Amino acid sequence: MWFKSSLAAIALGLAAVTATHAAEEIKMGVSIPAATHGWTGGINFHAQQAKERLEKQYPNLKIVLVSAPDAARQANDLEDLVSIHQIKTLVILPFESDPLTDPVRQVKQSGVFVTVVDRGLGDPSIQDIYVAGNNPQMGRISGEYMRKRLEGKSAKIVVLRGIPTVIDNQRFDAFMKAIKGSDIEVLASQYANWNRDDGFKVMQDFLARFPEIDAVWAQDDDISLGAMEAIRQAGRQDKLFVVGGAGMKDIVKRVMDGDKLIPVDVTYPPTMIADAMEITAGKMAGGKETKKEYIIDSVLITPENAKQFYYPDSPF
Amino acid sequence: MPPASRRPAIRVDLKVWGPFLALAALIVLATLVNPAFLNPSNIVNVLTRSAFIGIIAIGATFVIAAGAIDLSVGSMAAFIAGVAIIAMNALVGGAGAGALIVAAGIAVSVGLGIVAGGVNGVLVTKGRIEAFIVTLGTMGIFRSLVTYLANGGTLSLDPAVRTVYRPLYYGGIFGISYPIILFALVAAAGAVILYRTRFGRYCSAIGSNEQVARYSAVSVNAVKTMAFVIQGLCVALAVAIYVPRLGSASATTGLLWELEAIAAVIIGGTRLKGGYGRIWGTVVGTVTLTLIGNILNLTGAISVYLNGAIQGAIIIIAVLLQRGNGTRGTG
Repeated sequence: MWFKSSLAAIALGLAAVTATHAAEEIKMGVSIPAATHGWTGGINFHAQQAKERLEKQYPNLKIVLVSAPDAARQANDLEDLVSIHQIKTLVILPFESDPLTDPVRQVKQSGVFVTVVDRGLGDPSIQDIYVAGNNPQMGRISGEYMRKRLEGKSAKIVVLRGIPTVIDNQRFDAFMKAIKGSDIEVLASQYANWNRDDGFKVMQDFLARFPEIDAVWAQDDDISLGAMEAIRQAGRQDKLFVVGGAGMKDIVKRVMDGDKLIPVDVTYPPTMIADAMEITAGKMAGGKETKKEYIIDSVLITPENAKQFYYPDSPF
Repeated sequence: MPPASRRPAIRVDLKVWGPFLALAALIVLATLVNPAFLNPSNIVNVLTRSAFIGIIAIGATFVIAAGAIDLSVGSMAAFIAGVAIIAMNALVGGAGAGALIVAAGIAVSVGLGIVAGGVNGVLVTKGRIEAFIVTLGTMGIFRSLVTYLANGGTLSLDPAVRTVYRPLYYGGIFGISYPIILFALVAAAGAVILYRTRFGRYCSAIGSNEQVARYSAVSVNAVKTMAFVIQGLCVALAVAIYVPRLGSASATTGLLWELEAIAAVIIGGTRLKGGYGRIWGTVVGTVTLTLIGNILNLTGAISVYLNGAIQGAIIIIAVLLQRGNGTRGTG
């Protein structure tokens, strides 16, 4: 009995020591998908940049950055962040929504402040802050641009989609809604997996299948780069144009230079991870007021405004 | 009596000609689906596109015939492409863009391919680790290395070098693109080596029964290592024509190429367990695989969600067809 209670006393004392210590230092865990694709490459770059900047800005803030190649390993990362690093706050860009809902709930239940970025969770009540791009808006802006450019021409277009996911459906549905009632005809749509090689292949086949194409909606800049090569190979670069999305620096540069093949781009900025980290750090370390939700608008990049979306140092 | 004597003849026919017949059937189907299929430009596209996987698959035919497997080829291709791009970009600063830089880039690729294949081979033979495990390991290593080199983004070739290099993918002689020509040359060389040289016969002997080959004074380790080196060289040659296509390499370059190459080899009639390999079968297998994707893109009839299922089914049917009749009769 005596032994037990003294053990408990020691444990309590230890807990008190750690608690006071932790109050001085705020540990933030940032969990993101590994850089396996252009956009997630950008996410990794901007997260790294934000880490350095914010740690300088808030001396009591310590940021632990982890990246995982799939949903299961991201769930492992979360466990480690809580058990090893004992984080006080978490910024997470979930690999997939549903598989990560319960792991994040677990983190939340251990008393961690949770900011969710981009791909939401199955249960939104878990998150304290939500920061995301606007997928329907991205589709809508692309569709509205197409409509404006092609009005009254009974134009024919093809669509290169991403990977079958909720995000992709939201973009696609909003795009289709935006061109509904116009005389634009969508000849075909096909998944190109947010990938250059697939963009090239699918576009080659579309060019073989349809002798007349007036425009291409590629929905992602990696895809549009591949598609543009196929178009150039077929010698049809003067007969059509491509609208991409995301804000990859190579594409932004071309828009800036007035490339006729890719006149505009629609943003879906990977900088949103940095925004989320900044907002969360401001709240936790700086005591700033925050909103519950931040939706980052998609913007049409044109030759006029391209400069402000150009990050030459980013890998994306 | 007559049926018994006729049966083996049919079996041999189907084993050898099965993949060719399947390809012919697919071509007819493609033409019915969309006459645009027969456009020369479409045919050239499909064959040019087949060249990457095809050249890699010819290397894989050696490895698989020797009873091993190489899962690292896709990652290796991405890694080699990345290093070659970095090398060319570094050289262009001093020398200015020219054919010499492209040649240097290809030399870097080839050197790296031989070394990478050699490492795989030595780990399998001297290290006595299963080829599956070794190449599973190097698959992860090469993939992370290219991601690291690209800083998580994309490595892009200097525009000036691209202009010089580009014709190697898009150009050709008499309307036949260079990748197709290279594919044909590699296939011919592969056929000669596998069918006409002692090394080729040793590969099959080792794949058939490694112990027996060892007792027959075949230096198993050297032959097996050499098979992996050939695989590495083939990957490098594939990269040499891949880089000019999009002028970039990223973490997604060559994703799942290893499975496509293995599928092409198996559709072509090579046994996964080793023992014999079929180079021309591999060529046909590769074209068949590429064709399926092409046909699915030429028609809107099948839901795009089902593309993977159709490809999977055709792979299985192709292999079923070519062995079904042969073994059923003899039991």
